[in-house]
Amino acid sequence: MLHEPASTGGHDPAAAYKMRLGVWMFVFYCLFYASFVFVNLASPLSMEMIVFAGLNLATVFGFALIVVALIQALVYDWLCRAQEARFADQSDEGGQS
Amino acid sequence: MVIAIFLGFVLFVLALSFYLGARTRTSSGYYAAGGQIHWGVNGVAFAGDYLSAASFLGICGMIAVVGYDGFLYSIGYLAGWIVALFVVAEPMKRLGKYTFTDAVDSKYDSRGIKLAAAISTLVVSVCYLIPQMVGAGVLVTPLLGLAHHWGVLMVGAIVITIVATAGMASTTYVQFLKGGMLIIFSTVLVIAVCVRGFNTRPDPGGEARFYEYKSMDAVMEGNQLAVTEPGWQVLEVQENHAAKATFARLSSNGAESWWLVDGAEGPVTLRETQSVVETSDGRKLINGAPASADNQLRQVGNVETLRGQATAPAGSVSPAGLLAGMSDPETTVRRWKDTKLTDASGSHVTVYYSTLTPGNRLMRPGLKFKVEGTPLEKFDFVSLMLALFLGTAALPHILIRYYTVPNPAAARKSTIVAIAGIGFFYILTLFMGLGATMNGVLNPADSNMAAPLLARSFGQFLFAVISAIAFATVLGTVSGLIVAASGAVAHDFFDRYLNLQMSDQQKIRAGKISAFVVGAMAIVLGIVFKGVNVTFLVGLAFAVAASANLPAILMLLFWKPTTARGITASIFVGIASSLALILLSPDLYKLYGLDPTTAPVPFSNPGIVSIPLSFITLIVVSLLTRKATPEPDEVEAAA
Repeated sequence: MLHEPASTGGHDPAAAYKMRLGVWMFVFYCLFYASFVFVNLASPLSMEMIVFAGLNLATVFGFALIVVALIQALVYDWLCRAQEARFADQSDEGGQS
Repeated sequence: MVIAIFLGFVLFVLALSFYLGARTRTSSGYYAAGGQIHWGVNGVAFAGDYLSAASFLGICGMIAVVGYDGFLYSIGYLAGWIVALFVVAEPMKRLGKYTFTDAVDSKYDSRGIKLAAAISTLVVSVCYLIPQMVGAGVLVTPLLGLAHHWGVLMVGAIVITIVATAGMASTTYVQFLKGGMLIIFSTVLVIAVCVRGFNTRPDPGGEARFYEYKSMDAVMEGNQLAVTEPGWQVLEVQENHAAKATFARLSSNGAESWWLVDGAEGPVTLRETQSVVETSDGRKLINGAPASADNQLRQVGNVETLRGQATAPAGSVSPAGLLAGMSDPETTVRRWKDTKLTDASGSHVTVYYSTLTPGNRLMRPGLKFKVEGTPLEKFDFVSLMLALFLGTAALPHILIRYYTVPNPAAARKSTIVAIAGIGFFYILTLFMGLGATMNGVLNPADSNMAAPLLARSFGQFLFAVISAIAFATVLGTVSGLIVAASGAVAHDFFDRYLNLQMSDQQKIRAGKISAFVVGAMAIVLGIVFKGVNVTFLVGLAFAVAASANLPAILMLLFWKPTTARGITASIFVGIASSLALILLSPDLYKLYGLDPTTAPVPFSNPGIVSIPLSFITLIVVSLLTRKATPEPDEVEAAA
């Protein structure tokens, strides 16, 4: 007895693309996050450096980690929707022919 | 007014629960709100679920006390949503039905996975429940004048009612309301902080006059201290190893007080502290006088100099200007620490003493997490950042929210809404925490109340609203946790592991009974862990979640040789190793009242050991068992 999934959306032809895209975007963010941890460990004093408008590197880097997460999320959604629309169009064309 | 707003909010939440409860008739409705929640509502509810007492009370409190190190939690908690969005959201929605167990077991139908995942859900939920309940107790004391345990009991009773009436539906709408209100009113609070601006002699909104702590000259020779000023008598001098400082007990006009000895030998300066003394005959003295409603610890926290100058109220400041002012090397901030002593008469003493910290030091990591310290201290920092990053996507009460939306695309979109709301809120935490640091509103004995006390300095209305939201914050998160935990017991364990063949109504009843039992456990733990910073406790819950659940989720999705036994073993190893490392760590030794240097585990954050260990276990066991027995899905495929 396998337990039935909740999704009622049926087969998603874009699933493989979305998973690949997600992994690449995850790797990119991972590197960004790891670089923050690395700079803190390797050169903690450099986090005091004023970058702009009186804000130090620690503040700018921290805010950037939050803002980049949101930008990446929006880009990911946009690319996923584009791919889903592409498959939906192909499916419609297939159905009409 | 404070109590009216607070009670009005609680009654509204309860009315909503009863209304939705009357419409919940199926187990799908109870555990997953029928899978019909709009992605926008679900996204805000995600924020309401995730922005727990740890985020609102704990992070703000930690930033107020240790500066940027508290903000590291904000960064790590938000970064974790990247793992949730890019790797977990859509596949989890496709694989599961009601719970985390459904998803990891979807390919295998394994009794071992059902048991392990149900236990894991229960353990992580309980670990996460403790700080929420502690936060509840913290809130009611200044708000309603009740003792800590009454606050915990009140939250427990309300949450059990919410969950037992309508399950995930009422939980979702409570979280939605609370998430939206938390973000809106936190923004209002930050604007108020910026409008007030800097003042080196803050008077919490006119509530209390700024208190000037005294200092006196003295001479130290060996262990003999002589005070220069007349009228003061030295009763004892104690060197405190935990604080790496020396304290003196002095008497003047019959009143005793504790002073920090600044200097080692020859001319020294004595600096006034605050103290709580519990005498052997049961009396409690605060700053030398009996504790009473009028004699409590003074609220603390101020900027001593701004860019090298003492400053009167200087008017509003921009958000960037506030951060820039606090980061300046010429800015000094008076921070408060505490340490415990036993005086010559055997009384237990807690001394609260201040130190001056330059702004550039406050506004970068290092005051709590010793990034410039020993390799072990650096290891601890990396371990924390790893657990925060990987923990979010493994929290059962977050994962079950993917089952409340109709399809995988809605799961993705709701995660993006959550990232926007949560990310914005986490930026606000830095301003709220620093606002508490510079406005003289900190309770030196409990950092958790920083944000509500900051709100109180702007008037009773904002205090009432912020406190009601903070209380709702606890309600929302605890409701989600209890839904997750009751799902683990009733759905995963009774229905699926024991295969009791329950009817839909029996499943709902089992869920409600489980909610009651888990809620009762949470009440007891919330009382036991009183006084511990809630963010610290949540950080540990993240480590347990990341160790127990994440390897199973990731390997199930990305590594084909994964077997049921591999997943089962990795979940058990993840739970056991992370819990063992936490229980034997220096921070927990402090909680036990033992010397932290004698703790068998030399670091406090277990993730960097327990997460890889769980991955390795899964790989090794999967490789071993794959050769021995084919997996059920392979058998089915072959058939």
